[in-house]
Amino acid sequence: MQPFDPRSWALRLERRAQPSATMRIASSPLAALAMLITGFLVLGALGKNALAAFNVFFVEPVSSLYGIGELLLKATPLMLCALGLAPGYRANVWNIGAEGQLTIGAIAGGGVGLFYGTVLGAWALPAMLTAAVLGGMAWAAIPAFLRSHFRTSEIFVSLMLVYIAQLFLSYLVHGPWRDPAGQNFPQTQSLPDNALIPVLFEGARVNLGFVFGLVLAAVSWWFGTVTAAGYRMRVGGLAPAAAAYAGISQRANIWLAMLIGGATAGLAGICEVAGPIGLLQPVISPGYGYAAIIVAFVGRLHPLGIVLASLLMSALYLGGESAQLELQLPSSVSGLFQGALLFFLLAAELFINFRLRRVRPARAAVARSA
Amino acid sequence: MNVATWVAIASSAVGAATPLVYAALGELVTERSGVLNLGVEGMMLVGAMSGFAMGVSSGSLWLAFLTAAGAGALIALLFGALTLSLQTNQVATGMALTLFGVGLSAFAGRSFVGLPIARVPPLHIPVLSDLPVLGPLLFRYDPLVYLSIVLCALIAWLLQRARAGLRLRAVGEAPAVAHSLGEPVTRIRYLAVLFGGAMSGIAGAYLSTALTPMWVEGMSAGRGWIALALVVFGTWKPWRVLGGAYLFGTVTVLQLYAQGLGVHIPSEFLSMLPYAATIVVLVVICRNPRTILLNQPASLGRSFHPGF
Repeated sequence: MQPFDPRSWALRLERRAQPSATMRIASSPLAALAMLITGFLVLGALGKNALAAFNVFFVEPVSSLYGIGELLLKATPLMLCALGLAPGYRANVWNIGAEGQLTIGAIAGGGVGLFYGTVLGAWALPAMLTAAVLGGMAWAAIPAFLRSHFRTSEIFVSLMLVYIAQLFLSYLVHGPWRDPAGQNFPQTQSLPDNALIPVLFEGARVNLGFVFGLVLAAVSWWFGTVTAAGYRMRVGGLAPAAAAYAGISQRANIWLAMLIGGATAGLAGICEVAGPIGLLQPVISPGYGYAAIIVAFVGRLHPLGIVLASLLMSALYLGGESAQLELQLPSSVSGLFQGALLFFLLAAELFINFRLRRVRPARAAVARSA
Repeated sequence: MNVATWVAIASSAVGAATPLVYAALGELVTERSGVLNLGVEGMMLVGAMSGFAMGVSSGSLWLAFLTAAGAGALIALLFGALTLSLQTNQVATGMALTLFGVGLSAFAGRSFVGLPIARVPPLHIPVLSDLPVLGPLLFRYDPLVYLSIVLCALIAWLLQRARAGLRLRAVGEAPAVAHSLGEPVTRIRYLAVLFGGAMSGIAGAYLSTALTPMWVEGMSAGRGWIALALVVFGTWKPWRVLGGAYLFGTVTVLQLYAQGLGVHIPSEFLSMLPYAATIVVLVVICRNPRTILLNQPASLGRSFHPGF
């Protein structure tokens, strides 16, 4: 049997002389389209009317002002986390524990709000946001320290810390922080009104956090394209050897990448707790920290792309909820589509650097016999 | 605590360790071929769900494990197609595989939540199983426990002593050299990825049919990641990985016992132990840069394509 040989294909992959600018922009929309088609096929196979399902999934949830508010609300934590992860991924620092940093941010910020919210008055919110950002950074500092001092993979450490953070939150709301008047529900007291992030417009739940996200996107664009630190991180990711030769500290890149990721994830956590949730409970996030990894890639690690990708991903979450209510589909269908979306994107990215070429049968035969 | 308690702890530790053994040995073979598949958690969940579903509907546990292995290999094939044929980033693709596996298993397994299943029965060897202490300690496990140890021995022998293992290691250390010597690098890597997927699938099915006979969304609870860490902890050597898995099984079971005994530590802190232990052992292993440099497959995580 012949060994596996790509030259024997009728179609063959060929490296482009230059990366395709068109594909760089088109890869994400293409992946989204492929996911949609797959979605239709899956729904069709389940015996659902695909067009009606499309309506339930993507149109109905956003056909009211409240619905649009929900879209922006769910996009907020995704956008915040993904904006923080992207510079790290560009620098080859793989923080996959945003979910844990989000949880610690929620605990730190929520704790300040619960215990000092009324005392601090107008200062409550700034204090809570600061505490959440610092909490997320502190949690991200653990993998940063272990990677930069002991070369321990930040992938495993940041992920293990997710489970530890969630168990810690569970301990707090079941134990010392539980509301004594809460009929034994594992949750804290509600945050005082002055400790809640103001909503953007009446009649919806989306809050100022979404604006934080947009501002951070602008800051992130500035950081990545203008500042020297952003440049050093990109070089560190693209060409580690060249970066080392140029005296760029990989250690500094690791710390910066992890701290940025922790800060924005912590912010995402407090925007949930001091926003739609309003108290601490065992589950703060339905996997926003993991979905943000997909958002970062689908946004091609670019701030503008991430803003758009977070809206798409938020639509998937909303669609999943709406499909659960109206089509009796499990809400986990959104998880399935999210994973598929990332697969399609990774495959589509191939065509930035490669193209498909038809190989004439004669040439293929020659190549085979060679 | 008396002898019987210690024996009980030791034997449940073996049970808790077995899924880790399967998943980590599979990943070890994959990584020895130079491919880092971070999708173990996802493959385990798909295996747990499909194995459970087949076990419930057919009533045959062997069929259940066969299905789980097949399903694990099938989604590993997806990973292989992307990373090996389409040259995608292995870290990102592995993450995608985990997220996809979590979603797929939750979606496809929704009608199986809460159903009962007959647990994999332990072996009963005449005389030996009835020995005091030694019986429960050594001779009363289910067949999959023994199979995992046999597989470990087999993989260790293959890697160190057989031609097939040498070819696998060559591909993982220096794919360009192996290619120039006529080794089918991509095909060998595909096989290693498929083997890793099948083993993760079996690990998942062991969770859902033997360790805790039921199906719940996300039931692997990070075990796939612990298995990945175990490969590093075991410095890519089968017997050390097996030992590491048993160590983790012991930590898991000890904290459960401590919870049962009503130790004055909140149960959440005890539940953190396996995750914290993973971090600690990784730090201990990685502290010495030579340990990793000497043992990690040299081209781990790097794409290779002869045509380009």
